[in-house]
Amino acid sequence: MSVSIALLGAMAVLYACGVYLLLDKSVTRIIIGVLLIGNATNLLLLSLAGPPGAPPIAGSGTSSDPLPQALILTAIVITFAVSAFLMALVYRSWRLAQEDRVERDAADVAIGQGDAPEPEEASADEESEFDRPGAEQ
Amino acid sequence: MTALVPLVVILPILGAAGALVASGRPRLQRTIAAVTLTAVLGIGIALIAAVADGGMLVMPVGGWPVPFGIVLVVDRLSALLLTVSAAVLLAVLVFSIGQGIADGDDREAPVSIFYPTYLVLAAGVFDAFIAGDLFNLYVGFEILLVSSYVLITVGGTEPRIRAGTTYIVVSLVSSTLFLAAVGAVYAATGTVNMAQIAERVQALPPGVQVLLHVMLLTAFGIKAAVFPLSFWLPDSYPTAIAPVTAVFAGLLTKVGVYAILRTETTLFPGPELNPVLLVVAGLTMLVGVLGAIAQADIKRMLSFTLVSHIGYLIMGVGLGTAAGTAAAIFYTVHHIVVQTTLFLTAGLIERRAGTTTITRLGGLLAASPLLGVLYLVPALNLGGIPPFSGFLGKLGLLEAGAAANDPLTYAVVGIAVLTSLLTLYPLVRVWNVSFWRPAAQVAEGSRLTDELHEDPFRPATVDTRSLAAPMVLATAGMVLLGVGITVFAGPLYQYASDAGATLQDWPVYVRGVLGR
Repeated sequence: MSVSIALLGAMAVLYACGVYLLLDKSVTRIIIGVLLIGNATNLLLLSLAGPPGAPPIAGSGTSSDPLPQALILTAIVITFAVSAFLMALVYRSWRLAQEDRVERDAADVAIGQGDAPEPEEASADEESEFDRPGAEQ
Repeated sequence: MTALVPLVVILPILGAAGALVASGRPRLQRTIAAVTLTAVLGIGIALIAAVADGGMLVMPVGGWPVPFGIVLVVDRLSALLLTVSAAVLLAVLVFSIGQGIADGDDREAPVSIFYPTYLVLAAGVFDAFIAGDLFNLYVGFEILLVSSYVLITVGGTEPRIRAGTTYIVVSLVSSTLFLAAVGAVYAATGTVNMAQIAERVQALPPGVQVLLHVMLLTAFGIKAAVFPLSFWLPDSYPTAIAPVTAVFAGLLTKVGVYAILRTETTLFPGPELNPVLLVVAGLTMLVGVLGAIAQADIKRMLSFTLVSHIGYLIMGVGLGTAAGTAAAIFYTVHHIVVQTTLFLTAGLIERRAGTTTITRLGGLLAASPLLGVLYLVPALNLGGIPPFSGFLGKLGLLEAGAAANDPLTYAVVGIAVLTSLLTLYPLVRVWNVSFWRPAAQVAEGSRLTDELHEDPFRPATVDTRSLAAPMVLATAGMVLLGVGITVFAGPLYQYASDAGATLQDWPVYVRGVLGR
């Protein structure tokens, strides 16, 4: 099976950027990371469909493989639904706390800190990308 | 009989649509949801009866000939898990009706979307159990995951959004890996039909086989919460509302275990990765139970014991023998029921006492002896005290392990025994501190809880309310179901043994699906 080097390169770049963004604490970046990784996987499936240029309909010699395309369509729909949900989630998080960072689990922090749990410490070590207005809206 | 197979997915989807249309009328919604799940439970029992003699029901969807179209397959394992899941989903539904899915700060929870989403989740779980091709399994996983995203964040409070984000991102990574694995399997074998993959995978170079095998196992391992891929579970499950946590704990990880079982028995029946599975199983058991000992919150403690007991299931799969597989199947059924029951009981404690943090609890036995029974029976069952089904399942696993003649398996058997003992400690501590300790002594503290740390962010609301009858009935029903598994353990274990023997003989599955 021959693979287009351009598709392969694009896939590698998308995976790399996607994983990098996914590891961020900001949910907005995580969403972009999810989208990139989703598209990288679609490219992976596309490159399994064989070389480009084959006719889509069977009966005229070698036709292109329809199954990976069906898989990609399903995957696109699923990624779409999940990103819509994640965006709703980040909006809700913004409305509630005026920030879009993923905090550490409070009970984990308490166990990790031993005898004197200090609630303030968990969120103080990194600054938010947004300005934090003091008052709740 | 074959015509019943797609109904287990179609009915919940239609029910969800109906419940969504009836969103302004809670009573109608509940009726639709209850009727749908009861119908699926009935179909599940009929399917068990149909396949109990070793037959398989194969349904090519849309009339496409088998290797080309989507195929739904029901064998003994699928039918059993389908029925148990339907029973658990029904019981939790009754519980949630009684609870009104509102406790503490959730009084504004959008009730109208709860039942439709719950039915979609059910459809996803059932679809995963009867999927005959890898991509349909992926779709089943996605259906249940997307609805679980909604359920885990229902109410949209701050801790839930935080926990939900972790859960969603981890699930997305696992799904992407699974999708890439499906693509790679298709590229290597030219099919996504599980029976055909099983036939063709033997001819692949060993390196390619291991690559595909590891990709699938990693994706499923995240879903099943196998150490070291289990960190997300105790982080996210306890924050959800009680019925959601209960149903997630009972079913979602087991769908992952089911996928691992299928991978190990049908797709890659070779023993190459069995030692890896055994090591991972041992670590999962030990790390899970040690985590449970450090928790002050009952729900968090139960989440860690959940992770720990996934280790037992993986151990059964990793043994790679018919006896091991049979014990894993029996233990899966037992664990679905018992873990769900314990989380429902935790929900009852939360409703009765206003909190699930054991340092604040006391005098529960005097306040509600029934609650004591509902906690103690499943707790002893989970801890593996004879004569309960937990003991029988563990005994089966240990016997299957002891039959193997190598040091690694013996070590894992030893860890399993140790874990069983350690599991009792946090469970009995909850009993001693929350049920036996007089309520007046709560302020003094207890030597048993000296080393525990409460969640500093959790509001110390102590909002005691009486228990709603459906909540108690549902939990009592689940406790009885757990006892029923113990009473009818003989026939059930026989059924699991038959299922395990068939699974280990993978050409049976291939012949059954491809009709040769």
